[in-house]
Amino acid sequence: MDFLNEHSPELLPGNRVLPPVAGVVEAPHGTTIVAATFPGGVVLAGDRRATMGNMIAQRDIEKVFPADEYSAVGIAGTAGLAVEMVKLFQLELEHFEKVEGAQLSLEGKANRLSTMIRSNLGMAMQGLAVVPLFAGYDLDREKGRIFSYDVTGGRSEELGYAATGSGSVFARGSMKKLYRKDLSEQETTTLVIQALYDAADDDSATGGPDVARRIYPIVTVITDEGFRRLTDDESAELARAILEKRLEQPDGPRAALL
Amino acid sequence: MSTPFYVSPQQAMADRAEYARKGIARGRSLVVLQFADGIVFVGENPSRALHKFSEIYDRIGFAAAGKYNEYENLRIGGVRYADMRGYTYDRDDVTARGLANVYAQTLGSIFSSSAEKPYEVELVVAEVGAEREGDQIYRLPHDGSIVDEHGSVAVGGNAEQISSFLDQRHRDDMSLAEALKLAVQALSRDTNGTEREIPAERLEVAVLDRTRPQQRKFKRIVGRQLSRLLEADGDASAPTEVPSDTEEE
Repeated sequence: MDFLNEHSPELLPGNRVLPPVAGVVEAPHGTTIVAATFPGGVVLAGDRRATMGNMIAQRDIEKVFPADEYSAVGIAGTAGLAVEMVKLFQLELEHFEKVEGAQLSLEGKANRLSTMIRSNLGMAMQGLAVVPLFAGYDLDREKGRIFSYDVTGGRSEELGYAATGSGSVFARGSMKKLYRKDLSEQETTTLVIQALYDAADDDSATGGPDVARRIYPIVTVITDEGFRRLTDDESAELARAILEKRLEQPDGPRAALL
Repeated sequence: MSTPFYVSPQQAMADRAEYARKGIARGRSLVVLQFADGIVFVGENPSRALHKFSEIYDRIGFAAAGKYNEYENLRIGGVRYADMRGYTYDRDDVTARGLANVYAQTLGSIFSSSAEKPYEVELVVAEVGAEREGDQIYRLPHDGSIVDEHGSVAVGGNAEQISSFLDQRHRDDMSLAEALKLAVQALSRDTNGTEREIPAERLEVAVLDRTRPQQRKFKRIVGRQLSRLLEADGDASAPTEVPSDTEEE
């Protein structure tokens, strides 16, 4: 935001001078975020674990945030910086909407986020990377869209499904086998939790559903009616249903061989 | 070389006030009313692009009468103030009182500095509370004073006449449709007492609705929703309405 840059630059993440550090800074890192589109919208979900080295820093961190009414951002990477980035991103979208009297296009929002990630490149070089996944409902094209990023701010639109964070490899593999274009909203929410389960299964930094503490993934749905976060009960129900099945079939549903 | 004439400070201020008042009076009036679920802004505005009402923050709305470029400037300043406050501290730390103070300072210093001309604007800053008792409405005239208003307030052209009309008829527990109708009635009275019709397309209406589930309570009422509310003529569509003599002329 240009105004903030002029007026109080100390509030902006890019303007901070980092002291020289030897080695990697230890800070909590968020892990896996997944997203998948369905006809009429998009689902964005994240697990609840934050890790610091080989320790679990937090069990119930929230990594998926509404950016505005029709978009959401899920963050993987250094939690503190990512949360600040999301806060600034939310602020910018809202500010633009109020000043201009119109919402930014989804493409415009995605580009803006890209610039913000790029401004964090210096920190990323020191191990404090932020790599979000951005999903939203495009009101002009009337469909859900997903954008993924790399540490340098490179932006690419993903068709169908996408994942970011340490468990993304496994989550993507899982969704690759389970995703279909014609899934309903309900099925898509199940799909993303399956993917998170598979990520948690093979990646130590991703948290699975924690039945004992009642901590379940955060699942958000964006349609033409706007952003909606599934309640804890809804999310718990989906996760428990999957868990139930996995007790019989630990590797989850099987895709056809041919 | 000519020496400037001596002008007494009283005279200078009176001239500036006169200038600002005349500027404001040229614009159309608008009203801000409390109703059961929040605060409604109603004004006559032929333009769809140049708004008189706007969202400042979650619970705070802004209304202005007078010169567009001047109040637009103030509006953007207000949005910046609020957004920066909310970002630096917390969303709850942005209040209408704080914003009204900033506006008062700005308007006051512009009014009394001798270099510029005074702003020809009159502002209303309103904040909707969680309960009706928490609603706040501040009126800020051109000279930088603040008036804490309750119930109803009118600014612009024939504001005095409209506000006395509203004061007699306004109740805090009106439904949105009732408040809207009363506002339109008040606005459609001309200075000479005759009434004219204001079609729905020429009305600009916005609400701060405390029952809205979103964090941001400001909402514009346009198109079908507006005409439906205007037609809710005390019949079945407005079940909360109680028969009262306040509606009669």
